Amino acid sequence: MSSQRASTPDESVREISRAVRDGERSAESVTRAYLDRIDALDDRVGSFLTVDRDGAVEYARKLDRRREAGATLGPLAGVPVAVKDNLCTNGLRTTCASRLLESFVPPYDATVVSRLRDADAVVIGKTNLDEFAMGSSTENSGFQPTRNPWDLERVPGGSSGGSAAAVAAGFAPAALGSDTGGSIRQPAALCGVVGLKPTYGRVSRYGLVAFASSLDQVGPITYDVDDAALLFSVIAGPDPHDDTTAAPTATNGSESSPDADRSDLHGLRIGIPREYFPDSLPEDVSLPVRAAIDRLRGAGADVREVTLPHTNVAIATYYVLANSEASSNLARFDAVRYGRRIEHDSDSLAMMAKSRSAGLGPEVQRRIMLGTFALSAGYYDAYYGKALAVRDRLRADFESAFDDVDALVAPTSPLVAFPLGSKVSDPVSMYLCDILTASANLAGIPALSVPCRDAHPLPVGLQILGPRFSEERLFRIGRAHEELSAAPLPRSPIAMASAEGDAS
Amino acid sequence: MSASDWEAVVGVEVHLQLATESKMFCGCPVRFGAPPNTLVCPVCLALPGALPVPNALAIRHAIRVALALGCSIHRESRFDRKNYFYPDLPKGYQISQFDRPFGYDGALELPSTSAFAGHRIRIRRVHLEEDTGKLIHDADPRQSVVDLNRAGTPLVEIVTEPDLRDADEVYDYLRELHLTLSYLGVSDCDLEKGSMRCEPNVSVRRRGATELGTKTEVKNLNSFRHVRDAMRYEVTRQIELIESGGSVVQETRSWNPETGRTAAMRAKEEAHDYRYFPEPDIAPITTSEAELDAIRSELGESPAARRARYLETLGLPSEHADVFLHDPAMAALFDATVAEGADAKAVAPWIVGDLQRERNERAERNASTDVLAIAPASLARLLALVADGTLSTALAREVLTAVLDSGESPDRIVEERDLAQISSADALTPAIEAAIEANPRAVEDIRAGNDKAIGALVGHVMRTTKGKANPALVNQSLRERILGA
Repeated sequence: MSSQRASTPDESVREISRAVRDGERSAESVTRAYLDRIDALDDRVGSFLTVDRDGAVEYARKLDRRREAGATLGPLAGVPVAVKDNLCTNGLRTTCASRLLESFVPPYDATVVSRLRDADAVVIGKTNLDEFAMGSSTENSGFQPTRNPWDLERVPGGSSGGSAAAVAAGFAPAALGSDTGGSIRQPAALCGVVGLKPTYGRVSRYGLVAFASSLDQVGPITYDVDDAALLFSVIAGPDPHDDTTAAPTATNGSESSPDADRSDLHGLRIGIPREYFPDSLPEDVSLPVRAAIDRLRGAGADVREVTLPHTNVAIATYYVLANSEASSNLARFDAVRYGRRIEHDSDSLAMMAKSRSAGLGPEVQRRIMLGTFALSAGYYDAYYGKALAVRDRLRADFESAFDDVDALVAPTSPLVAFPLGSKVSDPVSMYLCDILTASANLAGIPALSVPCRDAHPLPVGLQILGPRFSEERLFRIGRAHEELSAAPLPRSPIAMASAEGDAS
Repeated sequence: MSASDWEAVVGVEVHLQLATESKMFCGCPVRFGAPPNTLVCPVCLALPGALPVPNALAIRHAIRVALALGCSIHRESRFDRKNYFYPDLPKGYQISQFDRPFGYDGALELPSTSAFAGHRIRIRRVHLEEDTGKLIHDADPRQSVVDLNRAGTPLVEIVTEPDLRDADEVYDYLRELHLTLSYLGVSDCDLEKGSMRCEPNVSVRRRGATELGTKTEVKNLNSFRHVRDAMRYEVTRQIELIESGGSVVQETRSWNPETGRTAAMRAKEEAHDYRYFPEPDIAPITTSEAELDAIRSELGESPAARRARYLETLGLPSEHADVFLHDPAMAALFDATVAEGADAKAVAPWIVGDLQRERNERAERNASTDVLAIAPASLARLLALVADGTLSTALAREVLTAVLDSGESPDRIVEERDLAQISSADALTPAIEAAIEANPRAVEDIRAGNDKAIGALVGHVMRTTKGKANPALVNQSLRERILGA
């Protein structure tokens, strides 16, 4: 181990960056400590597809040299960050957990990755996901499943399961994920960490390998809300490389300062969407969420029930739109310019078909076929066209709810972490994992998942949703939720294990 | 049945490569002839994660084209994806426009100089899209390779309604379209280089029929003459096919200029379902009334308006008007000279004839002088000197050459060279007297009624005045002096 004190997973992004900026610790020692943990423990979890040992240490040393030369390091000084493997990293393999891209090395950084680097973060490695982010358990990876650090026989959720598990296991203090229908929030909930799906357009998608362009957003996964807010402030903002990015306007971007009493919620109206608490919601989810809502009310929030009447068609709408866009977005993986090619003598179209059939997994092929069908002549109006119209209704549901309340609170996932393999043969039951999260993507609004600390034995996420560009308000409610919890932030068994391997 | 019982129905798609510095959705340069795959980036290579950002100038150019063709403009336009697999199409879809193109419902009127004068060819749509790469089949014996330098080049597509009825009408439409587009400065409109591509589709039907026949699309047409020839061939082929009991197959056919025939490109046309849907990576594009006004104000005079001005307002003969219509530099000099007060009909032959001759001569000896850079005021002054009798036409040509060589004003050259025409009878008297004295025989002949004999006397006067005498005045003075009339 390094001569300096090894990082323990209790450290926050804020503590690490402050210590590195102040020269109390070197970026290299921090990076090595996390790499040691990964080396010792990740074979149990399987959260990383690529660990950039040499690159991370070299980058950390560069930061240390800059600091020694008198430079003031950035807001993420020396903070190791795990990056979902559907975000392009210059010179570092980016596979999307697909066999087809097994050896693809991008020549450029995604905008969010270059913003991390500009803030002096250290990209420590690339995390596992459902292939091309299509799934809710990370079991659809073309390479390996990822296990939940709370219970290794259970899934971490997905598709950002590798990122959520890495943070929950103490392999990195922060990670980036992507969320198309819940892929940041649901694994954050199942792994007991914080995950933010920002407002559509708030964070650049340039370099995020597209699944469904009108729904995808990149966001942070961290231990706590303050760290999520810090990472968000680094990665957010308009990008000339992404035409769909937007800046908040003066009227919708302001929020009270976080220095105010963090647990005082007087004057805040919180809506509880009736449809997000169906009778079928299991008690291990509903009880901690209701307890959290009671605490928010106790802190002064005006809590009232609201309705989002189109919630029951959200999941169907989501799968039509997401798969339609995916069928087009994934057409570029034709093995002509990059990607694993299966040679074929007859013609280039046959080569493409063979390469795609061999390189893309069954769930990806299923979604491409569903999306192709939904866009086909004669079916467009019934499927894609209708889904677009329903999407407008869903947006209107949220707009009218936000006329009456400042934010909505609900469970993130209808289920706690489920056993590996329990849903793989039933795609529809897997699709229903997104039932409480997909609406936010369809409406383009931000949503934050924070752990309910009193959930036991498996983590449960509290989801906080707000109008477009209301991230600061979500952070405020999330912080209040953290302050109001009597219990300390629980840690997964893997996170409690030391790199020497004293936990079994 | 004879061919005259049939009519052709033709619609034309034209693709125009825009002359922008950079590609449609990325910053790569647009350039012809660079080494393969050197003008590429993550966006036009369709690397994972790359996103398109629309080129604002290309959009402005597309709206210019749409306005110049009289189109209505969608205030909110958007891009759509056209999905199909092909090795020269990196993303597996082309970013194009489906139901919200920039321009729709326009028309182009065929010019008064056309046999189809006044025909309005309706323009269905003007939209913006990106070009594909190029497959190269002869670089490697074992496989085809692809050059993606062209991928992502902005293309404007201009689609007519099936309003054309004759191969010559198609030809005239394309010529007028080419002229109209070349005035906009948005493309070099070069058919040889492929920056303007024409894809007509053609069917035939019995005269009087209202329903359309089965159409074929013809490709590989890199000149307007090829288009005309291919249309003639294809119309005849279709008529003969139907009359001999066959039927037209909907297919794409390729024109072979060597054989003068079209041939099916594929044995059987695949039914394409392009699965168009709105491009989610690009926000809808709104164009305000103010922006439209700004673009409109940059359009300048259209060829149709210019043609009307030259022929009808200024009364130019059509051969002069035609030269100016196709030569903007000459037209600019012409307009500027007229603006200096010169008579339009007098200026035109000087520019089309004399200046053009000077231009050719200088080009032959590789002189760099740009004859069209002559100051319009100088040209106007030269014509005024001819009009008021100061210069003969022959001397004016000499002055013109001197003006072009020296850049001096015509007045200065006339003065330096003492070229002013002698137009006063008094000033001519000594030369007249000398001519009569030196040619008694001619004088006798004239008095005897042989009018032609005056030529010798006029020649004498011109020699002694070094050509400066006004020939009409010399003629008149001699007659007065000899015949006393």
